[in-house]
Amino acid sequence: MKYVNTSIRKKDAIQLVTGQPVYTEDIAPKNCLVVKLLKSPYANAIIKSIDTSIAEKVPGVVKIVTYKDVSQKRFTLAGQTYPEASPCDRLLLDKHLRYVGDNVAIVAGENEKAVLKALKLIKVEYEVLTPILDPKEAKDNEILIHPEESWFAQCPVGADNKRNLVASGCDEDGDVDRIMSECDVVIERTYKTKAVQQAMMETFRTYTEMDNYGRLKVVSSTQIPFHVRRIVANALGIEKSKVRVVKPRIGGGFGAKQSAISEIYPAIITYLTGRPAMIIFTREESQTISSPRHAMEVTVKIGADKDGRIRVCDMYALSNSGAYGEHGPTTVGLTGHKSMALYSKMEAFRFKYDVVYTNVMSAGAYRGYGATQGIFALESCIDELAEILKIDPIKLRFQNMTREGMLMPAYYGETANACALDRCLEKAKEMSNWDKYYPAKDMGNGKIRAMGAALAMQSSSISNIDIGGMTLKLGDGGFYNMIVGCTDMGTGCDTILAQMVADILDTEIDNISTFGVDTDVSPYDSGSYASSTTYLTGRAAIKCANLMREKIVEVGSGILEKEASECEFDGKFVFESENVENKVSLADIVTKAQSSPVGQLMVTVSEQSTVSPPPFMAGVVEIELDKETGVVEIINFSACVDCGTVINPNLARVQAEGGIVQGIGMALSEDVVYSKEGRDYSNSFMEYKIPSRLDMGEISVEFESSYEPTGPFGAKSIGEIVINTPSPAICNAIYNAVGVRIRELPATPVKIVEGILEKENM
Amino acid sequence: MVVSFKLNGIKREAIVEADTTLYKLLRELGCYSVKCGCETTNCGLCTVIVNNKSVLSCAVLALDVDGAEIETLEGLESEALEFGLCMADEGSEQCGFCNTGFIVNVVMMMRELDEIDRESVKKYLAGNLCRCTGYQGQLRALEKFIERKRGIKI
Ligand code: FES
Ligand code: FES
Repeated sequence: MKYVNTSIRKKDAIQLVTGQPVYTEDIAPKNCLVVKLLKSPYANAIIKSIDTSIAEKVPGVVKIVTYKDVSQKRFTLAGQTYPEASPCDRLLLDKHLRYVGDNVAIVAGENEKAVLKALKLIKVEYEVLTPILDPKEAKDNEILIHPEESWFAQCPVGADNKRNLVASGCDEDGDVDRIMSECDVVIERTYKTKAVQQAMMETFRTYTEMDNYGRLKVVSSTQIPFHVRRIVANALGIEKSKVRVVKPRIGGGFGAKQSAISEIYPAIITYLTGRPAMIIFTREESQTISSPRHAMEVTVKIGADKDGRIRVCDMYALSNSGAYGEHGPTTVGLTGHKSMALYSKMEAFRFKYDVVYTNVMSAGAYRGYGATQGIFALESCIDELAEILKIDPIKLRFQNMTREGMLMPAYYGETANACALDRCLEKAKEMSNWDKYYPAKDMGNGKIRAMGAALAMQSSSISNIDIGGMTLKLGDGGFYNMIVGCTDMGTGCDTILAQMVADILDTEIDNISTFGVDTDVSPYDSGSYASSTTYLTGRAAIKCANLMREKIVEVGSGILEKEASECEFDGKFVFESENVENKVSLADIVTKAQSSPVGQLMVTVSEQSTVSPPPFMAGVVEIELDKETGVVEIINFSACVDCGTVINPNLARVQAEGGIVQGIGMALSEDVVYSKEGRDYSNSFMEYKIPSRLDMGEISVEFESSYEPTGPFGAKSIGEIVINTPSPAICNAIYNAVGVRIRELPATPVKIVEGILEKENM
Repeated sequence: MVVSFKLNGIKREAIVEADTTLYKLLRELGCYSVKCGCETTNCGLCTVIVNNKSVLSCAVLALDVDGAEIETLEGLESEALEFGLCMADEGSEQCGFCNTGFIVNVVMMMRELDEIDRESVKKYLAGNLCRCTGYQGQLRALEKFIERKRGIKI
C-alpha cells in the first residue's frame, strides 16, 4: 500500500469526532488555580500607584502579581527563531500601559468568583496620556509608545523606539524610476486592510504545574512549543532548562498561537506558588488582547505598456503593529515580496515599508502573514490597470504571470522551479461561470451576477532559518514511533508526515505511532507556521525514514551474516538479494538488537532549507449583488491550487476551503472597529461576524500540481496561500457588478451603496 | 440548590448556584465533549440535547434543567458515531473543536426533519460555526450520511 497522495483518515480523527478529552482544558488537573487579568481602561497610561491589599483579603484569592514582581529584562512574545526579528519590548507586566486591555495585574484564586471579585478590588491610580491611534501619525510623533531605555532590537530591521518604528526599509531591483517614466500607462492606488482576527474556535489557553522533578510544565494550545519554552523562561527570568512545554490537541490556530499570548500568566503563578494554574481566555479576551493581522495601508504604483506588458511596480506599505512589535518586521516583508513576485516578467520593482507602533492591540501572525494584505492591493490594482488598458483581466494576468523556470527577482531572487500558476488560472476559469457572466449580467430582479478573479502565492517554510525535526524509533514487534516537534492544530501534519514515513519504510500507516509535542521528548522544530510542516518537517521525515531503512538493513544483514549492500528490506523482512529465502523479519531484528549491544534502533533528523518554494493559486468568484441593499452573496468560489504533490487530497482540500471562507469573511464582514479612545468594539461574535454556512455559497477546489524538486515527494505548502485570493477576487467582482471600487476592506453593503450613490450623482 | 435530571440515561443530582450555566455543570460532571466558543450564543459549540430539543448550554441555567433529560455526545453513541465517521472520511473534522456541538445538532436534525434538502440542512445547522473547514467538507459528509440514512441526494 502506498499512502502518499491518498485521502486516508487523520490519525486523531476518531478521538476528535467522538469528543474525547484531548484539549488543554480537558486534561488540566482539577485543582488548578483560576488565573485572570486586570486590564487597562486607557490606551496610553502610566500606573501611578497600585494597591492590592483589599483584593488579597478576598477568601479564595491566592496570589496577585503586579509590575513590581516581575523581571525587568524585555522580551518578545513572537514565536520566531532566536534571535527574533521582533523587538524586545515586553515585560510580563509593565508600569506603562499601551492599549485598552494591556495587562495591569494577574490574579489567581481557588475559584472564578473570588478572582473576579478581587479584580474589582484592586485600586489603581493612572496617569492618563494622549494615545496615538492613527498609524499615519505614529512615525516621528513626539508621543513615544516605547520611550523606555530598556527597549532593544536584536536584528537590524530598521527598528527605532525613539521614532515609533518597529521596522523600516526598502528593497529594490532595477531602475524603477527610469522605467516608470518610460511606461505608457502608470497607475497608483492605495488600499487598506483591517486587523482581522483569526477567531479560532478554541480561545487561547494554558495550564501550568510543577512536574515530578520540580520543573515548570506548561501545557498549552500553541503552535510553537519550543519558542514558548524560551519565551516563558525569558518572561520569568529563569533558566530554559527549568521549563518544559507540552502541546495537546489544538482547536485551531491560524497564526494566532504563533505568539505566546496566554502562557506567561499561569506560568508565573505556578512558579511563585508551586500550584497548578490555568488561564482560559474568554472570547472577548481572544478578540481584544490577542494577536490579529497587521492592519495595513498599501500604495501600489504599476507601470505598463499599452499592449499590456507590466514593466515595473513600486509599492509602499504602512503596517500597524499596535502596542508591541510581535511579527511586525517580518510580516511586512511578505506584503511586497510575495505579491509582486506573481509578475516576474517585470523589469524592476521597489518595496518600501514602515511598521509603526500605535496605542491599539498588538498585531501578530495570521495565515498569509502580510502576503494577504499585499495581494489584496496588487490584485485589485491589476484589475484597475486592466480596465485602463481595456484588456481582459485574466488575459492581462496570463500575459504577465510568473511561469515555471522563471527567475523571481522580487522573491529573493529564487527561481520558480515548480510553478503551475498558468494551469491554475486556466482551470479556475474553466471551473467557474466566467464565460457566462463576465464581467456582469443583470438578472432582472434588482440583482447582478458578476465575476472576479485573483492570483496568489506564498512560501514553504522560512529558508535558512527554521528547522523541521523528526525522531523515529523502532519498537518491539516492528512498529515505529514517529516523534515530532511541529504542531498539528487540525491541519493534519501528524497524519501526512506518517504517510510519507510509511511509504519510505514500506509499512502500514497503523504501524506508525505519532507523538507530538513535548519539548523534553520531541526533536527541535521551530513550530508550525510559515507554511512549513509539509515541506520542511516533511523533508526531515524523508531523511529520517531513509536513515531508519539503512539501519534496519545494516542490522538485518549482520544477522544474515551478509554485507548491507547484499541485502534488501521490503518493510517486513530483510533478505539477501540473491537468495530471498535467507531472510530475517523486522520483529526478529528488533528482538536481536534490543538484546545485544546494538540496542534501540533510533534516528533523529534536523532539516533546514536554503529555498522556500512558493505554492501558487488562482481564485475565481461569482457573486450576486443586490443593487438596492448593497448585499453581496457568494454564489460560487472556484479555486485551483498548485501546492506541488498533494500528500493527502482530503486534508489539502479542506484546508483550501477553510482558508477561502476565512478570506470571504475578511472580504465582506470581518471588521475591527475602535472608538476614538481606542476601545475595541469588535469584542464578541455578536459584533465580529465570521462567515456561517449560509455565507459561503459553494466552494470548489481543484489541484494542478507541479513537482517541487526540493520538496518531500515533490510537495510544497498549502496552509496559508488559500486565504489570499478571496478579498481581491470579490472586490474585483463588485467592481464588475456596479463599477464601485472598494479599496478598504471589508466590502460592506454600506460602502457599496455609498459607492453606487456617489457614481449616480457624478 | 439541588437539581436532579437524567444525563445520558443516568439519574444525576448536582448542587448548583443560581448563575451556574448548564455548560459549566456538564463539564463539571465530566462531559468534556461539550465545548465553549463564544459565551454569547453565537457559535453552537456548546450544543446539547435537552428534552429532545437542541439547546445552547451556555445560555441555559443549570437550575432550569431540573427534571429534564439531557443528552451530550458522550451518550449518543452509534447515532453520532456513524456521522462522525463520515466526517473523518472527508477529513472535515479538522481541529475537532467545533465537531461535538455540530454532530449533536446533526443528530437532532435527523430526529426532527422529516423532509430534508440541501437548503434545509444548511439552515438547520447555520448556528454551528466552524473556523477551520469552510463548511464544504462538512457538507460532503452530510451528503454521504443523508444518502445512507434516507436514500436521497441533497
Ligand atoms: S458557547 Fe454557547 S453558543 Fe457559543
Ligand atoms: S474544525 Fe476547527 S473549528 Fe471546526
